[in-house]
Amino acid sequence: MFEGVPLTWFLIVATIMFFIGIYGFLVRKNLITILMSLELILNSVNINFVAFNKLLYPQHMEGMFFTVFVIAVAAAEASVAIAIIINIYRRLINIDVERIDEMKY
Amino acid sequence: MDNLTLFIIIPLLTIFGILFCRDHKQVKIVSAIGMSLQLINAGILITMFLLQRAAGNTDMMLFVKDVVWYPSLNIHYFVGVDGISVAMIGLTSIVIFAGIFASWEVKDLSKEFFISLIFLSSGVFGFFISLDLFTLFLFYEVAVIPMYLLIGIWGTGPRHYSAMKLTLMLMGGSALILVGLLGLYFHSNPSGGPLTFSIPAISLVHIPPDVQRFFFPFLFVGFGVLGALFPFHTWSPDGHASAPTAVSMLHAGVLMKLGGYGCFRVAVFLLPDAAHQLAWIFIILTTISVIYGAFGAIWQKDLKYINAYSSVSHCGLVLFAILMFNKTAMNGAILQMISHGIMTALFFALIGMIYGRTHTRYINEMGGLMKVMPFLAVCYVIAGLASLGLPGFSGFVAEMTIFVGAFQHNDVFHRVVTVIAVSSIVVTAVYILRVVGMLLLGRIKNDHYLEITDAKWYEKLSTGVLIFSITAIGLAPLWLSELINNGLGPIIDRLLVVAH
Amino acid sequence: MINFSYTVFIVLIPLIFFVLLGFFGNKFKPLVSGIIGTSGLFISFLLSCYTAYQYFFVVPKIAGAFPKLIAYNTVWLRFTDTLHIDLGVLLDPISVMMLIVITTVSFMVHLYSIGYMKGEKGYERFFSFLSLFTFSMLGLVIATNIFQMYIFWELVGVSSYLLIGFYYEKDSAVAASKKAFIVTRFADLGFLIGILILSITTKTFDFISLTDPKGPALQQGSSILFLGLSTMTWSMIFVFMGGAGKSAMFPLHIWLPDAMEGPTPVSALIHAATMVVAGVYLVARMFPIFVISAPAALTVVAYVGAFTSLFAAVIACTQYDIKRVLAYSTMSQIGYMMLALGVSGYGGHEGLGYMASMFHLFTHAFFKALLFLCAGAIIHAVHTNYMTEMGGLRKHLPITHLTFLIACFAIAGIPPFAGFFSKDEILAAAFENNKLLWAVEYAVAGITAFYMFRLYYRIFWGKEQHYSHPPHEAPLVMTIPLMLLAVGAILAGLVPFQNLVTSDSLPFENHIELGIAIPSILIALLGIGIATIFYRKETNLPQKITRTLGSFYTAAYHKFYFDELYLFITKKILFDRVSTPVAWFDRHIVDGMMNGVSYVTNSVSGRIKGFQSGQLQQYAWVFVSGAIALALAFIYLWTL
Repeated sequence: MFEGVPLTWFLIVATIMFFIGIYGFLVRKNLITILMSLELILNSVNINFVAFNKLLYPQHMEGMFFTVFVIAVAAAEASVAIAIIINIYRRLINIDVERIDEMKY
Repeated sequence: MDNLTLFIIIPLLTIFGILFCRDHKQVKIVSAIGMSLQLINAGILITMFLLQRAAGNTDMMLFVKDVVWYPSLNIHYFVGVDGISVAMIGLTSIVIFAGIFASWEVKDLSKEFFISLIFLSSGVFGFFISLDLFTLFLFYEVAVIPMYLLIGIWGTGPRHYSAMKLTLMLMGGSALILVGLLGLYFHSNPSGGPLTFSIPAISLVHIPPDVQRFFFPFLFVGFGVLGALFPFHTWSPDGHASAPTAVSMLHAGVLMKLGGYGCFRVAVFLLPDAAHQLAWIFIILTTISVIYGAFGAIWQKDLKYINAYSSVSHCGLVLFAILMFNKTAMNGAILQMISHGIMTALFFALIGMIYGRTHTRYINEMGGLMKVMPFLAVCYVIAGLASLGLPGFSGFVAEMTIFVGAFQHNDVFHRVVTVIAVSSIVVTAVYILRVVGMLLLGRIKNDHYLEITDAKWYEKLSTGVLIFSITAIGLAPLWLSELINNGLGPIIDRLLVVAH
Repeated sequence: MINFSYTVFIVLIPLIFFVLLGFFGNKFKPLVSGIIGTSGLFISFLLSCYTAYQYFFVVPKIAGAFPKLIAYNTVWLRFTDTLHIDLGVLLDPISVMMLIVITTVSFMVHLYSIGYMKGEKGYERFFSFLSLFTFSMLGLVIATNIFQMYIFWELVGVSSYLLIGFYYEKDSAVAASKKAFIVTRFADLGFLIGILILSITTKTFDFISLTDPKGPALQQGSSILFLGLSTMTWSMIFVFMGGAGKSAMFPLHIWLPDAMEGPTPVSALIHAATMVVAGVYLVARMFPIFVISAPAALTVVAYVGAFTSLFAAVIACTQYDIKRVLAYSTMSQIGYMMLALGVSGYGGHEGLGYMASMFHLFTHAFFKALLFLCAGAIIHAVHTNYMTEMGGLRKHLPITHLTFLIACFAIAGIPPFAGFFSKDEILAAAFENNKLLWAVEYAVAGITAFYMFRLYYRIFWGKEQHYSHPPHEAPLVMTIPLMLLAVGAILAGLVPFQNLVTSDSLPFENHIELGIAIPSILIALLGIGIATIFYRKETNLPQKITRTLGSFYTAAYHKFYFDELYLFITKKILFDRVSTPVAWFDRHIVDGMMNGVSYVTNSVSGRIKGFQSGQLQQYAWVFVSGAIALALAFIYLWTL
């Protein structure tokens, strides 16, 4: 399906996504956005998995499985995270990450 | 059941008994019974020891028992005693016995108080009988840790600060000790066999001198912290001042002796080359301790501070004598440990009793107490005279043995420091007489001191036992000195072999 | 050979009575405990007399000399194989003589105290302390080795402390007792150092081997040098320092006048007759070493003795407290004894000074104890210590008056009273060896006569004062000791000392030299004459003289400011300049260092706890940058 598309392109896409994710994670203040950045990071990894699987071991499916696994975990994680965020919102009327620093020293 | 292990079993059983007590009174009775048994046991041990020696048993350690309890590191429960440990055990059992009666009036949380106190004493006993360095260290920690609770909970004044300071400084000391012990452990078998913590086994090994030089300061300073080595003594005034009576007694009387004993049994005995080479540094420090503690005591106004500084001076003399490396001085060091142990326990007991009556420890607020509490006042005078080294009390015997021993060295350095140390007897007289004069003699300064009552029976028992001990040693010192000499033989031989 | 082991009981009986009275004294009626203590001393006294009789007259002499006998000896504490403290009984002429002196005076003082201390609080305590003192003093003189002497030396020090501070509610008594103990303790430090030096050079503490002509101490000679003096000399100088402290020699004399705060019988026993001569006894005991191995130290002894006798005599002329006058006179007389030892040689007539010193010690004990007990009787009658508040007492206190007069003649050196004989020997010995010291002592003899009769006239003559109640003679129990001691003060001079107590225990021929004796009698009479003119009747002559002397008089009246000097050294220098800074240093520097460690730990932890800010993104930053840094590092390492 990807005949002719070199691996590098996948990696470039994945890297760009990864660093967008990192950037978002580090810079955005809204917890929801941070969660979305996290998803970006996970998905960039997923792309890598799939690409390398296809390239290195086309006869096996481990990379695919792992991707599916990551997606499942991401879904679960998103639901838990959103639950937490909602709780935080209920309590603090606020989901700005800089204001949530109760757990310091 | 062998006699030595009993010294740990009896306190533990006593603690077990206390757990089932219902009220304050039962706790006291159980503790008193337990510690009386301990005292009797010590008496039996001394008798058995002397009988064995008389029967011609010349082993270095008697009543040896050796059980492996942690095979992979070759850690043993290895116990045994020589003349020195027997003497120290005698001291401990006297002090803890007197301590129980001196804390007869502890009312709040008395159960926990006596448990901690007795637990602490079991650590001390364990320390003196252990011949395995790791077990020794274990018991050392057992003896030090309850101190934190005892001072922090039952203390007076800035007790949290003092408890924290004392515990942290002693823990710092034990960190150094641990390094030293591991150093010994990893050099305990140069030929490559299994490593060992056993003191007699290590004493047969010749550890390379540069290794010794590296580890000696760790061990000496580590134990020296507990022995109030200048400049690591400052836990002592604050700690003593805040501690409850029995804890001060036990701490100054016995725990500070763990330091001296450790310096002697571990640092000097196991690392003789380094001891010879580095002695001069520590001799200077201990000489400073002796004079400095005495001068520090002159100025103080709080009875417990005076006594704490006096302890710095007297314990300095112990370490000073240990570093003299001859039989007479070392004998003096052990005598001084015992003598100072009993004497200072007596002092702290009396201070506690006086404080309980006057509710102040400042000497300038008191005066003329001789008139209202003659018994305690006379005891205080006796303790003071013993402390300034009056013949007829144990202090004189110990100090003279140290001075004569220390002066036998042929070089100027040792003689000069000895003369400096000797001059402390004058300064001691000054601060003791100052206290006696201000506290007991003269006019009564405060009218409600007129209603003070004299000692109760348990106070008389507590001080009586201690006074009896210092006088007994002071009047007939020969047997104790011979008992100690008996244990010193092999240690001195080892030091002398190294010296040549 | 006669068995002397019973002599142990001379010493032990006072100890037993001390323990008895100390523990059970309050169970008895006061008077009973007084009688118990006195009877104990009486037994000791009888035993000492018997010992003296046997020793001097029954025991066969060895080559004409009195032997040194060890009546009892046991090892008390062992330092090394050769160095050990023994407790034992050594009998030789001086120790037997001292036994007599101590038990006699002590017995008299006990007897006297039964009356004097009547009605005082702590009556039984007083007697138990007296017994303790007697025990310690006896133990001191019969010591077989120098360390035993040191032990008892300390014990007499503490008994003196306890007795001076007997009236413990009086601040001045407490201060005086403290001062006495600390000053003598300082001197004892010297003594101890002297013993330590002896221990390394001679390897023995035993008196017999120390003074043995073939022993290590004397063979040592002046072999080892340190700062120009031999080790033995240093050792003896230090030992003498101990002796000087106990015997109140200049400059360690300051405690003795203050020690008069104690009850008067105590002053008589301890601070006149027995303990204060311990220093003289110590030098006499070590005398062969002084003479042979440490002549320089002996010279020190001579000059210190001579200076003290002059110094104290001058001060005595200016004091008004009768007990203080007597205290200074004691110092002056002990100065005589020290001087006599200092100018003495060894053996035969050379050893005249030694003999004279012991002789003077013997006679002085009687007349000085008598003087103090008389002073006690006077104070008992008029309730003041100041001669300015006395006068005309001779009619009220006839017995005291007479005995006091006898003692004054004895101390002034008027024949045939005891002091004349012994003082004459001292002057003769000084004249033979050192003319300068002789001249000093000759002058002091005159001053002594003057101040003693000044005291006498001001108490018993002059204008009668108004007393709160009419003075009355002391009870019989107090006057009997006075009379007995007065007999001693008259007859003690007749004891043939040159046959009994000499430096080498051999008797020698000695006569009173008129060339020395007559001038000394004359100067004594001159002193008495001046005192008579000045003080027999109230005149203004003394004031005139005082005014002429001006500042010298003021200085002497203030004891040449030595108390102030010592106070300055102890208070201003030791307390303020040493002890206070040490305490400060400890609290702030040493403890500050420890607190500093904890402060640094605390503040470092305060800083690094900032890393745990609770800011999620900050953690992420650190994490990411760490990861990148690691990645870069690895890449760098791989490409290397």
